[in-house]
Amino acid sequence: MQIKDNSIKQKKSVIKDYIIMAAVVLAAALLLLFFPQKSISVLSISKKYLFELAIIFPAIVIIIGLFTIWVPKEMVVKYIGKTSGIKGIFISIFLGMLPTGPLYIAFPMAAALLKKGAKISNIVIFISAWACIKLPQELAEIQFFGIKFTLIRLALTIVFVIIMGITIEKLIDITDRKNIKTDVKKY
Amino acid sequence: MMEFIKNYLTAIIINLIAIIWLIFSFIKSKSKTKESLRIALKTFIKLLPTIIIIIIFIGFLLGFLPPEIITKVVGEQTGILGALITAVIGSILFIPALISFPLAASLFKGGASLMSVVAFITTLTMVGIATLPLEIKELGKKMAILRSLFSFISAIIIAVIMGEIF
Repeated sequence: MQIKDNSIKQKKSVIKDYIIMAAVVLAAALLLLFFPQKSISVLSISKKYLFELAIIFPAIVIIIGLFTIWVPKEMVVKYIGKTSGIKGIFISIFLGMLPTGPLYIAFPMAAALLKKGAKISNIVIFISAWACIKLPQELAEIQFFGIKFTLIRLALTIVFVIIMGITIEKLIDITDRKNIKTDVKKY
Repeated sequence: MMEFIKNYLTAIIINLIAIIWLIFSFIKSKSKTKESLRIALKTFIKLLPTIIIIIIFIGFLLGFLPPEIITKVVGEQTGILGALITAVIGSILFIPALISFPLAASLFKGGASLMSVVAFITTLTMVGIATLPLEIKELGKKMAILRSLFSFISAIIIAVIMGEIF
């Protein structure tokens, strides 16, 4: 029942997105009518970016689809719940990187893992990696910024995500770990 | 021909990965491949309106805003202040990361500093004001707020380091 509700909700939000898109296209067309001298540059810039996205976008959604089917979510939960230490950190990063859905799916997963006793640092690292280091998206980053920029930014991000995970765990341990646990239990 | 390959090397590699994986997937399981393609189509339909809106936005941004203004607000000489501005914008905006890269690239070409572009990309993905209520509900106030706060600070530091390197 819940799944059905969710899919209806999703459909509604997609339809809403298309209505907004139509409104934006209309507004853009009107604006260009009022500023005809700008229309050539606006259209040529938009056309250029449209082309750059069009040549990678179908391939990226196919890769996302393949990942989703061949690397099921259950596998992620299985591995992240058990492992700890440095191995746990790297597994959390790796599993977070897999394109298994939007961020709001990661929160309930993380809550379930916390309840099962996963380390707070791993959960923070997992969510952060899920949010910002998605494999197919990185292909788009390489396309627009080049490989050197992408690799350096990713390396720095991973370092900071790890520091962040460990620090947050320490902070929460110092204050009250109990509160978090009861917080999580409520849902 | 060589020119074409050089210009679109990344796009060619991405497409090759998709095609080769698709072939392997098809050999191993037809039904799983079909399901993958169904998810791919669904993702495509879901993201398409946002892509179109962002592309129109980029056109207007660069077409109407002269580079001097972008440079003045988030350009090289604004330093960390420029990065702070884009980091805040990145925290508020709620757009898929996949589509944030062309937007960030357009800002960069329009005169934004590398530092502010990095801050923008990083907070866009790591900090979500829009998803914060959900994060609080699932993980508790303390953990969610600490994570967002640390992510924001990390984004600024990463941006400053990247600005120094490049």
